[in-house]
This record gives sequence, structure tokens and C-alpha cells, in this order.
Amino acid sequence: MIDRKPPGPDTRRRSLMARVLQNPLGAICLGYLVLTILAGFMASSISGHHPNEVFPREIRLGPSAAHWMGTDSSGRDIFSRLLHGTLPTLRDASIAVIVASLLGTLFGLVAGYFGKWPEKIGTRVADLLMALPGLVVLLAVRTVVGPSMPLMMIALGIVMSGGFFRVVHAAVLGVRNELFVDAARVFRVSDTRIILRHILPTVRGPAVILAANLMAISIAIQAGLVFLGLGDLFAPGWGNLLNGGFANIYIAPLELLWPSVAIGLTCVIFFLFGNVVRDELARTGINAAAVARGQGAADGNARHRHDPAAADEAPTDGQAVLGVRGLVVGYPGADGRVNRVVDGVDLRIARGEIHGLIGESGSGKSQVVLSIIRLLPEGGRIVAGSIFLGGRDVVRMMEREMDRLRGRYVAYIPQEPMSNLDPVFTVGSQLVEPMRIQLGLGRRAARNRAMELLEQVGIDDPKRVFDSYPHQISGGMAQRILIAGAISCGPTLLIADEPTTALDVTIQAEILELLRELRRQLDLAVLLVTHNLGVVADICDKVSVMQSGRIVETGSVGDIFADPGHPYTRALFAATLDDAPTRAPYASGLIEANHG
Amino acid sequence: MVEPLLIIDRLTVTYPGRGLRARPFTAVRDVSLDVRPGETVGLVGESGSGKSTIGRAVLGLAPVTSGTIRYAGHDISRARRGEWRKLAGDLQVVFQDPYSSLNPALTVETILMEPLTAGGVPKREAAQRIRGLLDAVRLPKDSLDRLPREFSGGQRQRIAIARALSVRPRLIICDEPVSALDLSTQARVLAMFREIQETSGVAYLFISHDISVVRTLSHRVGVLYRGRIAEWGECAQVTERPAHPYTQRLLLAAPVADPIRQARRRDRWLAARSNTIPQPR
Repeated sequence: MIDRKPPGPDTRRRSLMARVLQNPLGAICLGYLVLTILAGFMASSISGHHPNEVFPREIRLGPSAAHWMGTDSSGRDIFSRLLHGTLPTLRDASIAVIVASLLGTLFGLVAGYFGKWPEKIGTRVADLLMALPGLVVLLAVRTVVGPSMPLMMIALGIVMSGGFFRVVHAAVLGVRNELFVDAARVFRVSDTRIILRHILPTVRGPAVILAANLMAISIAIQAGLVFLGLGDLFAPGWGNLLNGGFANIYIAPLELLWPSVAIGLTCVIFFLFGNVVRDELARTGINAAAVARGQGAADGNARHRHDPAAADEAPTDGQAVLGVRGLVVGYPGADGRVNRVVDGVDLRIARGEIHGLIGESGSGKSQVVLSIIRLLPEGGRIVAGSIFLGGRDVVRMMEREMDRLRGRYVAYIPQEPMSNLDPVFTVGSQLVEPMRIQLGLGRRAARNRAMELLEQVGIDDPKRVFDSYPHQISGGMAQRILIAGAISCGPTLLIADEPTTALDVTIQAEILELLRELRRQLDLAVLLVTHNLGVVADICDKVSVMQSGRIVETGSVGDIFADPGHPYTRALFAATLDDAPTRAPYASGLIEANHG
Repeated sequence: MVEPLLIIDRLTVTYPGRGLRARPFTAVRDVSLDVRPGETVGLVGESGSGKSTIGRAVLGLAPVTSGTIRYAGHDISRARRGEWRKLAGDLQVVFQDPYSSLNPALTVETILMEPLTAGGVPKREAAQRIRGLLDAVRLPKDSLDRLPREFSGGQRQRIAIARALSVRPRLIICDEPVSALDLSTQARVLAMFREIQETSGVAYLFISHDISVVRTLSHRVGVLYRGRIAEWGECAQVTERPAHPYTQRLLLAAPVADPIRQARRRDRWLAARSNTIPQPR
């Protein structure tokens, strides 16, 4: 029923890791990290020197063939010390990240899933941890536990777990009420399993990103602590090198450069890695379901010829409010080919005519509509054909000219009334604004006109509604307001994309009645997109049936409903439940026999 | 006379208000109904009428404020999770949205296995059973190691139905199971629901806003209006000779796919529109 977004790049069925590796930046980041860790393990064989081996005659030398990064004030090889410092630095930073992620994930999952008091306590503790000044805490820990870096890193991890908790908790809240979680509860799946199987995977993405960022921060903090002299000054590490280099900053400035580069680069790489993961996760977000459906519609099914007589009519006919001819809309497919979602559509609407465009999801009807108002989503483009609005071709029009047509010549009513009102502004201001821009009305004049319009669309108390916010009104009321907005700049053509699908039947009947009334008053032409044959029968004069990007049949509602010519149209009629028989009365005997 | 499988007696569901000053909200008030083995009971009403809340209360997903829900002779209205599992283990559900009711990260096989393994069925037997289920809902054999997003809406709903059937339930709560589907898919899925009922003897509590959907499948129908049952009775009687003005208006508001008949219905709807609807008691 809902026309989903058009096909996007095919990202199904590839693990996150594989996708990160295929991203050039991701490959670079991972490559750097792997090399760094390898270098750490093979530190001795790469550098050829022991980190504490002293060369008494080679104090504070610059880079040379024997010492690639020179030597420090004690005559030790800096390159060797840097390589040997890699693993301890990364290990210490990982301790903090592992502690933070374990605590944050565990408590975030429990708090998010169970709610109630675990949630209350968890949130409070997290707030408290986030309010603590980290460095001060670490200084305090240092005085108590002594210069043990792992213990201080555990303390850092506990402090950072507050942030982790927040992210995980928020992610769990997002899925806690998903239907698949409800379903699992009904299927007697235990809470632990629900958390591990259904909830943990959705938390994985944000957690990986955060962990990468925390890793960068931990490396900086670890090095900083050692630099300040709070760690063990004899243990190898980047912070120690930094400390030594700082002491000689005026004598041998290069000595400070090497550890700074190592720390800086590694931090940046971790941040970038987090970003790559985030981008790759965001890319799967574009409704892969829609991809499957959209593609099925575009390349499946037999092709049908449409009625040639309809195409012969001149689209520039003076009577036509809308003349579409040979419209083709395409999206770039996975293999670089253009995926045609609309494939040669002709449509003609006369003044005052209500024209129904029916078809199932994926048939391309919404794509036709979005082409007419030139608001195709990202990637979509009009490949061929013309769209005449009032005698002028929209396809070849400049964006500025198009802006003038929207609202004044053609107006649009969307499917979901609620999501098309901005929750931040009052209904009134959202009505007034377009009129001031499009018609150049003054504040007062626009306000008065808005009141008239609200009354015209059958709102009893326009003053109160004018000052309401969208959350204060019902769905049916919201659709009336959008209709008021659509007719506010005096359009000739109204395009309504499933305007009643999201509404109850009784509200639907009211809205259809309103459209009928407006047509009578304003002589509006309406293009009504719907999947509901009853709606077409109720309000339309003419109807076009769309299947797989083509119009298979066009004609007056009376003719087509009395005698559908195309097999697809007949199949649609056959699927309606209007005259389906009611169920035979309940017979218990039969059931018992069946059930044994 | 057959003993009903599910008896809902004067059920009231009140949600506590959020925040300090918010008033509690009563979604369902004093609703009584019953479902017999192998029977379909339809619940029809508009958004906010409380029809889904009734289903959720039966499933233990909504709080029961007062009244009782009895399933297979046991009171399950206030059962704790563990207890509920024992008493109502063979109660199942098919939700409206086939997109969010299947975990997108799991393969179809894992999705179908889950209720079985959670219920203690050995792996081998479970694997065998789900192969049979795929046949029952007419999904291709190679569906098992695919992900939900590789299927269309209609196919996903079949997966959800297969999942519900896997534990051989006696009652399935169907919450708008065909509302998100295209017309032709809807007709096919409805036919399947009926066929499964005729062969397995499962009962449905079938919730929908679309009276024509409810009509084709239900033996008895309840019409909900503002949290109460406005009309309750045999399907043919409620959907063809409705006594309550709200039911009449609901029936007339749904357009039929015939311009001539629809024009007549519209006139009758316009005439009925001005009548006020009494609040059901």
C-alpha cells in the first residue's frame, strides 16, 4: 500500500566487516592498525636495537641509517623505543575501552530492556559518571592504588562507561517496542535470549562507533597520564617518549615529534574508523525491503501495450490541465544500468476532471506524481518524455520557474498528513507562510485568508485550530489542513497521493466528500493516486490502471468498472472483497471431528 | 455445546498517564467476548477504538486493569511471564506490519526455529517441522537461509504466519494481518488463513479496521467503538443487518468498487452522517 522509496545500491547479505574493508578509507584504517600492531610484536627484529640499549657516544643524534629516528638524551634508539611502546600503549587503552563497553553494554541492555527501576538507577549512575571530571578521578585513583597503569585504566573505563551506557540504552529503547521483540515474547523466548539474539545486534553498530572513538580518547589520556609522570616511568610507552622529548624540547625538538605523530595518527585513525563504520551502517538503513520490491516491479512481469488511441491525443491541447507523454523515470541500478520504474506513461487530465491512478505498490504511480511536481527522490530522473502543465513542459523548465508553478498551478496532498506538518510550528503559521511567499500577501491578509480556508475545508472552529500545534489535532483534521494549504494559492490541478489511505473509513468518506465539494466550487482538476477501487468508484470521472511502470488501461470509470478490458484490471476487481460471501456459520461438530 | 477456548469477561485496560498531571487513559472498557475452538471471531473498529489493545491484553502485552481472560480453562489475565508461558504456550500472534515483526538480522530459518527451540523441541525435529510449514504457506524451499528483506510484503506475512503455526497453536491473535498488503496479495493471504483453519482447526481472533476483510473470514463479529463493544453477533447479522447506528455508518462509509451502487451508498451515508451515535453501554 505504501509506495516505498526507489531502488538503492544493493547492500544485502554482506557483513559489516566486508563492507568496511571495501570502503577505501576503511581499508586504509584497518591496514594501518594491523601494521601498527604487527610492528609492535616484531619491534625488536624491525628496529634491530633493544629499547634500553645505550649508545654512550650517540646521545641526542638526529635520524641516521643506524638510528632511523635518532637517539634520546640517554643515547637510546628512539625508533626501537617507539615500536616497543606500541603494544603497552594500545593494551592500556584497550583495558579502558573494554571495561567501558562491557559495563555500558551490560547495564544499557538491562536498563533499556526491562525499564522500571533498573532503568532509573542506571540513568542516574550514568549521569553521575558523566558529570565526574575524569582527570581528577584518575589523580585520586593514582594516590590510592599507586602507579599501576592497568588499574588506572580500569578506573578510566568505569568513568567512560556512563557515555557508553547512554548510547546503548538509547539504541535499546529504539527497538524495545518493535513488533519482532513482542513476537519473541509471545513465542516464549526467554529474556536473556531476546536480549542476546534480537536486541544486541541492533546495538552493535553504535557500540562499535563509540568504542572506536573511546579508543582514540583512551590512547590520548593514557599517554597524557604517563607524560604527567603518573604512570610507571620505566615501562615502555608512547607517553614516556613524550615525557623524555619534552625535557629536551629546546635541545632536540625532533625527539618530541615522533611520539606525537604516533599518538596523533593512531587517534585520528580510530576516529576515522568509527566514521567509516557509521557510514556503512547508515547505508544499509535505506530500506532494503524497498529495494527488493522496487526491483521486482521494474524488471519482472510481462510487458503490456497501452491503448495507442490515448497516446495520439495532443498533449498541448488547450483543454488539458495536465498532459504527460511517454514519461520514463529511471534510477541507477546496482550494475550501472538504469532501472526504469516508470516506462512510457501517457496521462491527460481535463479541467475539472477527477482522474484516478490505480495500481499496486511498486507499480510506479507515486513516481509519476513526483515527476509531475519534479520532486523525485535522490537518484531518480526523468529519462524521456514530456509533462505539460498548462501548456508548458515541466521537464525542460528551470528550477525557479518550477517553484512558481508549485502551489499556484499544481498543489500536492501527501499520504501521511501527520508527518507533513512540522511539529514545531502552529498550524496557522504553516498555512500563512506559503501564501505570503507565493501570493505576496501581507500578514493580516494571509491570516484572514487562512481562516477562510479552514472554514472552507469544514473545520468548525478555525480560530482554535489556527493556533494549535500538529500534535493537538487528529489525523483527519490534519488532512483537512493540508488540503486547505494545497488550495490556498488557487491551483488548477490538485495531486493527491493516497490521501485517505492512512485514515479511518469514516474519515475517508468525509475527506472524499470535501474533495468533491471543492471540485464543484473551484473547478479543480484532481489526480488521485490510490490502490482502493472503492475510492475510485466513489469520486473519479476517469481512471488509469498502472502496472509495472506502464498504464495498461485508461477510460471513464463507468466503462472500465462495467467492462474491464485488461487482464490485470480484471484481476484487481476479482481481488476486491465487496461481494465475497460471508463465512458459513460456525459448525462445532466438524471442528471436533477435525481436532480428534 | 462446545466449551469456548478463550473467554474474555468484562475486560478493562487502563494505561497510567505519563507525567505528573496526565490522566490515566482507558483503552478498553468492559469488553466481553469468547472464541470457540476452530472459530474466527472478528474485531472491527477504527483507530483508537481499542481493538488492538484487546489482542495485546490476551497476549499478556497490555495490563489488565479489571476483568478476566480465561484461556483453555485457566485464568491468564494476571499471570506472570513464566506462568503465562505454561498456561498459554499454544497461543500465537501475527502482527500487522510484516516489516517490523520479523527481525531483519536473522535468517528465515532462525526466525522459524526460534519458537520451537524456545519451546523445547529438539533441533532435528524442529528443522523437519519448519520444512513442512514452508509448504503450508507456499514459500519456496530455498527461503530458509535468506533474510526477511529479500521477500515481498505478502511473502513476509506468510513467514510470520508460518512462525505462528510452528508450535501448533490452538488460537492465533491476528492483529491487522493483511492491512499492509496489496489488494491481490490480501485476497491470497486471506484464502490461506481460511484454508489453514479448515485443515488444522486453529481458532483466530481476527482484528482489522476493514469490515470487508473481517466479513469474509469471521464466524462472529464484534464492532468496537471508543473502547466498548457496540455490536456483537453472528457475522451475517452484524455485517448485513446491523442494529447499531455506528455499525451502519461504518458499513456505509466503506466505498464499494461499483460507481452506480457507490453513488446510492453515498447518499445513504450522507443521510446517516447527521445522526449522532449513542455512546455504547
